[in-house]
Amino acid sequence: MVGVKSIPSPAISADDRSHEVDHPSSLVAHFAADQPLPLDCGVDLTPFQIAYQTYGELNADRSNAILICHALTGDQHVANVHPVTGKPGWWETLVGPGRPLDPDRYFIICSNVIGGCMGSTGPASINPATGKVWGLEFPVITIPDMVRAQAMLIDRLGIDTLFAVVGGSMGGMQVLQWTAAYPARVFSALAIACSTRHSAQNIAFHELGRQAVMADPDWHNGGYADRGIHPHRGLAVARMAAHITYLSDAALHRKFGRRMQDRDLPTFSFDADFQVESYLRYQGSSFVERFDANAYLYLTRAMDYFDIAADHDGVLAKAFAGIQTRFCVVSFTSDWLFPTSESRALVHALNASSARVSFAEIETDRGHDAFLLDVPEFFDISRAFLQSGGKARGLNGGGG
Amino acid sequence: MSVQEVLPLGGVATGQSGQVRADHLLVADMVKPGSKVLDVGCGDGDLLQLLEARGIDGRGIELSREGVNRCVAKGLAVVQGDADTDLVNYPDDAFDYVILSQTLQATRQPKVVLENLLRIGHRAIVSFPNFGFWKMRLQLLIGGHMPRTENLPATWYDTANIHFCTIKDFVELCDAINVKMERSVALDLYGRPVPLNLPWWVWNMFGEQAVFLLSRGGGK
Repeated sequence: MVGVKSIPSPAISADDRSHEVDHPSSLVAHFAADQPLPLDCGVDLTPFQIAYQTYGELNADRSNAILICHALTGDQHVANVHPVTGKPGWWETLVGPGRPLDPDRYFIICSNVIGGCMGSTGPASINPATGKVWGLEFPVITIPDMVRAQAMLIDRLGIDTLFAVVGGSMGGMQVLQWTAAYPARVFSALAIACSTRHSAQNIAFHELGRQAVMADPDWHNGGYADRGIHPHRGLAVARMAAHITYLSDAALHRKFGRRMQDRDLPTFSFDADFQVESYLRYQGSSFVERFDANAYLYLTRAMDYFDIAADHDGVLAKAFAGIQTRFCVVSFTSDWLFPTSESRALVHALNASSARVSFAEIETDRGHDAFLLDVPEFFDISRAFLQSGGKARGLNGGGG
Repeated sequence: MSVQEVLPLGGVATGQSGQVRADHLLVADMVKPGSKVLDVGCGDGDLLQLLEARGIDGRGIELSREGVNRCVAKGLAVVQGDADTDLVNYPDDAFDYVILSQTLQATRQPKVVLENLLRIGHRAIVSFPNFGFWKMRLQLLIGGHMPRTENLPATWYDTANIHFCTIKDFVELCDAINVKMERSVALDLYGRPVPLNLPWWVWNMFGEQAVFLLSRGGGK
């Protein structure tokens, strides 16, 4: 008999996860029936809530606010210990004292996206109409919906113009959507490892992940919450597949090669003989501790639908016509999920719109995830871009 | 510009730190204040910085990743790109001036690049090393080998410069594609402008480099 070990069940119970969904360890903005969120699918979402974190102080002019938009599986815990995993914030490489996004200089905001599962209203939240978890009853949301909700939060915080909107991957899509939808409210935009539309290959990978979730018998057509279970195996597989797309052949080879995990010889089984297998299983099982399977379906769908040009007669440049926002676009050489060619297409459209744009391709073998890692050249550019923007915006205060 | 301000020209070599390159000053003086400029092959962004300090809205294209990063670090709006392949992506009349400084001879298709410059910009400012310079001619005539100078030290098999021309050649190209020369300055070995009232062949012989301000010619 060939030995098989399946992916272990998460150490954290569904209760811990669901507690963060409705009672997040974050600031929460509630929007009652008088302030519905009009969604692209035609439904008004109401009531709803947005969970968010802030770092630093808003200055008297209200001119130093930076909105960070998180990626697909990120959340609002940018630069603090995560309430579920106990791990450091996901972007502490970039955000923190002395870092390019320095809370001593800027008022930094990050909110959990609508459709997420860390406190903003999403499929894991309770549907007030039924008293049950939304599940697949939750309306399908889009990137513009997420940004519309963020704009309502920014209004609530009394901020008219954001000094900067910053984000990578799905966060970068939100950055671009911000500039297309609210150009006058965005002084500068730092869009990293992203695209103005989701490619066919990326949609294909997302479909693979969704099918993995749906194939898990514990998914129950999205109704697992009522049964007190979670399709963690399907979600873990989805995460494992997606995680490969965030890396690169070179990075995997450098990190793991063909090395064995805690053994010298093959076991002639389907156990995780190779380090890379063990690593992927770990990525899968740790992910399901903090993420809701239905939220994963909704957020991947939102990315798939994203296509700024389609909303502007198929001409991307029209989305940015006359825009005054200062742009910085960054891509990474080994990113094959959002390759440099996508960023270049964006830059061409911005040039055609006469926008003020900088574009740098950073050389690294670390793939798409490079934007989350310690890549000094990327930090230098981010810092320089924000500092020069700060000068143009009249933000004072040295250092950073 | 006084003669004292004119430093030895470095098409390639940079001036001493803190000093502004003579050819940059010359180019900057050709640009009207308040205009919008694209610097193609902007290197470390020194010229763009000089232009922005004069209130000019500057953008850049640079091939080298390091150059782009240094420009962005200076707060300049520079994108990574290639004069040969990326100029086609810019719309017509996007800029008042498009500058191509010491880069024409390194492009694959100088004629196409020049046409693009004047499609994107109302005017173009182009500078290039003059292969008709007497020292170049002497090296070929007497030495019997491809010329090398302080500013162009690479050997024929190493050089990125694949399309050398003389001032005369360049003027002929401008005529051929109906480009109007609004201003032209030749600089001698010491970076001094060759006097204007001398005939063309003197420029072509004693100009080490040339800077041209170009605009679209009228209908043929």
